[in-house]
Amino acid sequence: MNNALTWLLRNPIWGFVLLIFVFFSVSNEFFFDPQNFKNILVQTSTIGLIALGMTLVMINGNIDLSVGATLALAASLAIDIQGWEVFASWGSWAILPGVLAGLLSGVLLGALNGFIVWKTGVDAFIVTLGAMLGVRGLVFIYTQEQSFFAMNFAYSDFGASSVGPLPTLAVLFLLFALITHLLLSRTVHGRNTYAVGGNREAAVNAGIRVGPHMLINFVIVGFFAALAGITLSTQMGASTPNLGREYELWTITAVVLGGTKLSGGSGTIIGTLGGVLAIGILRNGMNLMQVPAFYVLVILGTILIAVLFLDKQLTRRGKGELRT
Amino acid sequence: MTDQTPALRLDGIVKTFPGVRALDGVSFEVLPGECHALLGENGAGKSTLMKVLAGMHQPDEGRIFIEEQEVVLPTPLDAKAKGVVLIHQELSLAEEMTAAENIFLGELPRKRFGMVDWKTLFARAGEILKKLNCDFGPETKVSRLSIAKKQMVEIARALTVDAKAVIFDEPTASLTDAEKVVLFDIIRDLKADGVGIVYISHRMDEIFTISDRLSVLRDGAYRGTLVTAETDEDEVTRLMIGRSLDYSRNVQHAELGDIALEARNLSCDPLFRDVNFHVRQGEVLGFYGLVGAGRTEIAETLFGLRHPSSGQILLDREEVHVASPADAIARGISLVPESRKEQGLVLGMNCRDNMTLPQIGDLTAGPFVANGAEIAIYDQYRDRLEIKAPSWRSIVGNLSGGNQQKIVIGKWLAMKPRVLIVDEPTRGIDVGSKSEIHNLIRELARSGYAIIVISSEMPEVLHVSDRIVAMYQGRVMREFTSDEVTEDNLVQAISGIGGERAA
Amino acid sequence: MVAETKPEAGRPARIRRRTGSNAMSVFAKQGILIAFALFIVGFAIFSDRFLSAENLMTVIRQSAIIGVMAIGVTVVVIGGNLDLSVGSMLSFSTVLVVDLHDQMGPGLAILVMLAATLCLGAVNGLLVGYARLNSLIVTLGMLSAIQGLVLIYSGGQNVDIVNQESTWFAIFGRGYVFGIATPIVIFLVFALLVHVLMSSTAFGRRVYAVGGNPTAAVFSGIRRSRVVFTTYLISAFATGCAAVILGSRVMGSQNNVGQGYELLVLAGVILGGTSLLGGSGNVLKTVVGVLILGFIQNGLLLMGFAYYVQWLVTWIVIILAVWLDVAAKRGRLFSPIA
Repeated sequence: MNNALTWLLRNPIWGFVLLIFVFFSVSNEFFFDPQNFKNILVQTSTIGLIALGMTLVMINGNIDLSVGATLALAASLAIDIQGWEVFASWGSWAILPGVLAGLLSGVLLGALNGFIVWKTGVDAFIVTLGAMLGVRGLVFIYTQEQSFFAMNFAYSDFGASSVGPLPTLAVLFLLFALITHLLLSRTVHGRNTYAVGGNREAAVNAGIRVGPHMLINFVIVGFFAALAGITLSTQMGASTPNLGREYELWTITAVVLGGTKLSGGSGTIIGTLGGVLAIGILRNGMNLMQVPAFYVLVILGTILIAVLFLDKQLTRRGKGELRT
Repeated sequence: MTDQTPALRLDGIVKTFPGVRALDGVSFEVLPGECHALLGENGAGKSTLMKVLAGMHQPDEGRIFIEEQEVVLPTPLDAKAKGVVLIHQELSLAEEMTAAENIFLGELPRKRFGMVDWKTLFARAGEILKKLNCDFGPETKVSRLSIAKKQMVEIARALTVDAKAVIFDEPTASLTDAEKVVLFDIIRDLKADGVGIVYISHRMDEIFTISDRLSVLRDGAYRGTLVTAETDEDEVTRLMIGRSLDYSRNVQHAELGDIALEARNLSCDPLFRDVNFHVRQGEVLGFYGLVGAGRTEIAETLFGLRHPSSGQILLDREEVHVASPADAIARGISLVPESRKEQGLVLGMNCRDNMTLPQIGDLTAGPFVANGAEIAIYDQYRDRLEIKAPSWRSIVGNLSGGNQQKIVIGKWLAMKPRVLIVDEPTRGIDVGSKSEIHNLIRELARSGYAIIVISSEMPEVLHVSDRIVAMYQGRVMREFTSDEVTEDNLVQAISGIGGERAA
Repeated sequence: MVAETKPEAGRPARIRRRTGSNAMSVFAKQGILIAFALFIVGFAIFSDRFLSAENLMTVIRQSAIIGVMAIGVTVVVIGGNLDLSVGSMLSFSTVLVVDLHDQMGPGLAILVMLAATLCLGAVNGLLVGYARLNSLIVTLGMLSAIQGLVLIYSGGQNVDIVNQESTWFAIFGRGYVFGIATPIVIFLVFALLVHVLMSSTAFGRRVYAVGGNPTAAVFSGIRRSRVVFTTYLISAFATGCAAVILGSRVMGSQNNVGQGYELLVLAGVILGGTSLLGGSGNVLKTVVGVLILGFIQNGLLLMGFAYYVQWLVTWIVIILAVWLDVAAKRGRLFSPIA
C-alpha cells in the first residue's frame, strides 16, 4: 500500500486518472462498460501514439510541432497509393505499399527536422513550427485539397478489427507504448535521451553524439505521427487534407500532463500514458454525460494550467527562495 | 621524487581572451602519486588552466605532456581517454539518471539490441562506489543525493578510466568536515595507486593537510613551486598576493556621520540568525566569511530580495520594511550584486541603458525617455569611474570584466544612494581595475556614503574597511575595528573558532 | 588566503564571439530586409502586376490583421515569453464584437469586447507574470480554454451582423481614411505607436531588460511581474483591434475564425528577427516580417500557384532566416555540436 502511494506521488496524473474514472463510473451508467473502455482506448490511440514519440523528443529538451501535418501527409499517402493502378492486381496487398510510403514519409520528415536542428542549431520550436506550415502545404499540394477514400474495405476493416477481446488499434497502441517504454528505460539510446536533455554539456563531454541522437528521436516521433495518421485513416476509411490539425497541441498537453518537463531531462512513458488516458477519459465521460464538446476544451485547458501551477507550488523551495 | 617521469606536465601555456591574458606562460608538473596543490587568488587563472588541462579550452601557445608524450586535447573526451580527468567544481550530472549511469555516461555497457547491460553496469559502478566508501547504491537516482554524494559520483566517474592525473577543482566547497575526511582518504588511495593529483583550493588548512607540493599562480603567471612540508602559510600568502597590489591595511578614518543603517536581531531562517550591525555615514563596514556564511543573504534581505523572518531594519534610525528592490531603491539603498553577469547587467543592452536602468522611470520628458539626460548621466559616471568603452552604444557584454563592474557600480552611484552595498566588488577582474575600485570605495566613504562591502578576499576586506563583521554559518561571530583586527583572529572567527559572540 | 567560488574572469561572453566576416554580419543584421528586397524583385520579374501600387496596398491590407496581432506578440516575445492564445482570442473577440454589435451598437460593442479581451490577456499575464508559469504551456492551455469559451458563447453557431448597410462599424474593415484603406491605417499607426512605446519610453526599456535578463532586471528595481503582465495586456489589446478589423470586414464571424493564427503571427515575429529567447527584437521589423509573409502569399498567387504553396515557401524562408541569424551570432554556419 505504501509502495502504491509513493508511486502515485511520483505519477500524480494516474491519481487524476483514477479520480475521474471513479467519478464517471459513479455518475454515468454507460461509462463503466468493457465496450466503452475499448472505445476509450481506440479514441486515445491516435494522440497516444504521437505522444509516445513526443515524450522522447521532449525529454531531449526539444519539441515537435509538425506532427499533425505529418499525420495528414502519411494518411493521404497511404490511402492514395493503395489505389494506384499499378497495384490494382495486388488485391488487399495493395495496402502494403501505401502504408509503407506513409510511414516512410513520417520517418523522412522526422529525419529532416532532426537534421536541421542538428546542423543549423536553430531551436526545435522554430524548426518544427516552420515544418508544421510547410508539411501542411505539402499535404495540400499532394492532395490538391481533395479527400481520399479507401476503396479497399480491408483497410477500414483493419481499423474496426479486434485481436481477441481487444480492438486491434488499442493493442497496437499498447504494444508500441510497451516498446517505447523499454526503449526509454532499458536501452543505451533511451538512457542517453535523459542525459542529453538533463545536462547537455555533460552529455557532450561524455562523448555522446548529441546531434545524431536528437535526429533519431525526431525520426521516432515522425514515425509515430505517420503511424497515427494511418490508424486514424483506417478508422475513418478516408483522409482529409486538414486531418490532424491541432493534434500537436493535444499531444503536447498529454505529455506535459504526464509529467514531462519542457526543459527536458525528465519524463516517462508511464506518465505520458496517464496523460493520454486522462484526456481520453475526460472526453469520453463528458461526451456520455452529454456535456457539449466545448466544455471539454475549457476544462482541459484549465487542468493543464492547474497541473503546471500545482507542480510549481510543490517544487518551490520554501522560504529560502530569492524573490526575483 | 624529482627524477620520476611527471604524470602530467605543462610547458609555457598561454591563453588569451578578449581583454584578458588569462594565462601567461604557465609551466607546471605533477608526478605520479603526488598531490600537487594549485593556489592563486580569484582571477589568477587557475580555472582557465584546469580547463586547458581537461580539454575544454585550447591553449594559444605552449605544450602539454602526459608521461612525457606531447599531447593535444581537443575535447574533454580526449583528455579523459588519455587519463586526465577533471572533477568539476560545478557538478555536471544528469539528475534523473542513476548514479551508475552518470558514472558511465557515454559508455554504458551494452547487450543485444542496444539494451543497457544493467548487471555489468551496476556491478562495475558498485565496485567503484564501494572503493570510495559510498553508502548509496549505484541504482540510486542522482536527484535524491546530497551535494557531497553527487560529488562522489563525479569522482567515481574519474575512476572508470586508467587515470594518470585527476584534477580536483575546489572539491570541498560544499562538503561537511566528515565528508572532507572521506574525500582526503580517497585522494590518498588514488596517490597510493600512482595517480597524480592536482588539487585546487583556497583553504590553507586543506592544502597543508593533503598536498605534497604546491604551486602558485598570480595574474595568470606562474610564481613558483614550494614543497609543502618546508613552507608555511606566510610564505604562500606572500607568493599569492605579491607586491603588485596595495593591500595595506586601511588606517584612514573618515569623519563619521550618523548611523545610516542598522540591523537588529535580523534573521532569515535558515540562512542567517540574530544578526546585529550598523553602518555610519562615511564608514565602510566589511563583511567577511566563507561562502555560505550568510553574507550575501543579508545584503539581499536589506535590498528587499528576501523577507526577514524576524528582526528589524532601521534606516536613519527609523524602522523600515523593505518589500522589494524597487522599495529599497526608493529608500536610498543600492546593491552592487555578487554576480555581475547574472544579476548586475543585461549583457545584450548597451552601456547607457544598463547604467540608467534603475532610474529610467524618472528620466522622462513627458511620456518619453529623455535621451539627453540619460547620456549626461552616462558621461558623468564614465568620466568619474574612467570606464573604457568605445561609446555609450557599446554592448555591455563586449566589455572587459573590470569595465563591466564599473558600469554596475556607476549604475548604483547614479542613484545617489544613502547606503551602498557592494557584494564581491572585484570578483574576476584584473588587478589594475581592482585597485581602482578599492580607491573608489574609500573615496566614496570620504564623501559621506555609508558603504557595506562583502568580500571573500581577506586582503580586500582589510584594505577597505573601517570595521569588519566576521560571519560563520549564518551568525555574526565577532566585530572588529580596523585597529584590533589581525589575519589570525579574523580567520579564527570565520572558521567558528573563538568568536566572542558565538551562540 | 582568499576565498573563491566562481571561475575566473575571461570567459568570453557569447556575444563577443561575433567573429564572422563583415559581409556575413551585415547580411545577418539586415538579412531580413535583403530577403524582403529579393522577394519583391523576384516577384516583380515574374508578374508585372505585382509592383503596382494597387497590389501593394492589397497586400498590406490583407496583412493588417496578422500584422496588428504580431505587433502585440512581439512585445510579449521581447519580454521573454510566448503567446499562443492569440488565435483563439481572435475568434473570441470577433465573435463577441459581431454578436454584441446588433445588441448594443458598434461603439459599446467594441468597448465591451476590448474589456473582455483584456481580461483574457490579464489571465495570461497573471499566470505567466505573477505565478511564473511556463508561458508556452499557459498560453497553450488558454488556446484550448478560449476556443471552448467561444463555442459555449456562440452555442456553436456562426454570428452575423444583420443590418450591414447602415452601420458605421463597416469603416474599420471596408472603409478608407484619406483614401487609404482603414486596416492599413490601423496597422501602420499601431505599429508606429508600439514602436515608440518600445523604443522611447521607460516601459519599453523595462520590457527589453526583463526579456534580456530577468534577474538583473529585478536587481535593478524593475517589477518584473508587472512588466510581463502588461505585455500580455498589450498583446490582448492588439488582438482586440485585429478582431475589429476582421469583424468589420466580414460583417460576421465563424466561431473558429482565428484557428491557426497564433502560428502565422509567430512566423511573422520570427521572420522579423525577434529572438524567442527574449530581450531583443524590433516592432518595425515584425511589420517587415509580416509583410514578407503577405508578399510571399500574394506573389505566389499572382504567379498562378495555389494558396497553399505559400506555406511551403514560408517553411523554407523561416528556417533560412533564423539560421542566418543564429549563424552570424556564433560566427560559423553550422552548429558545432557533434
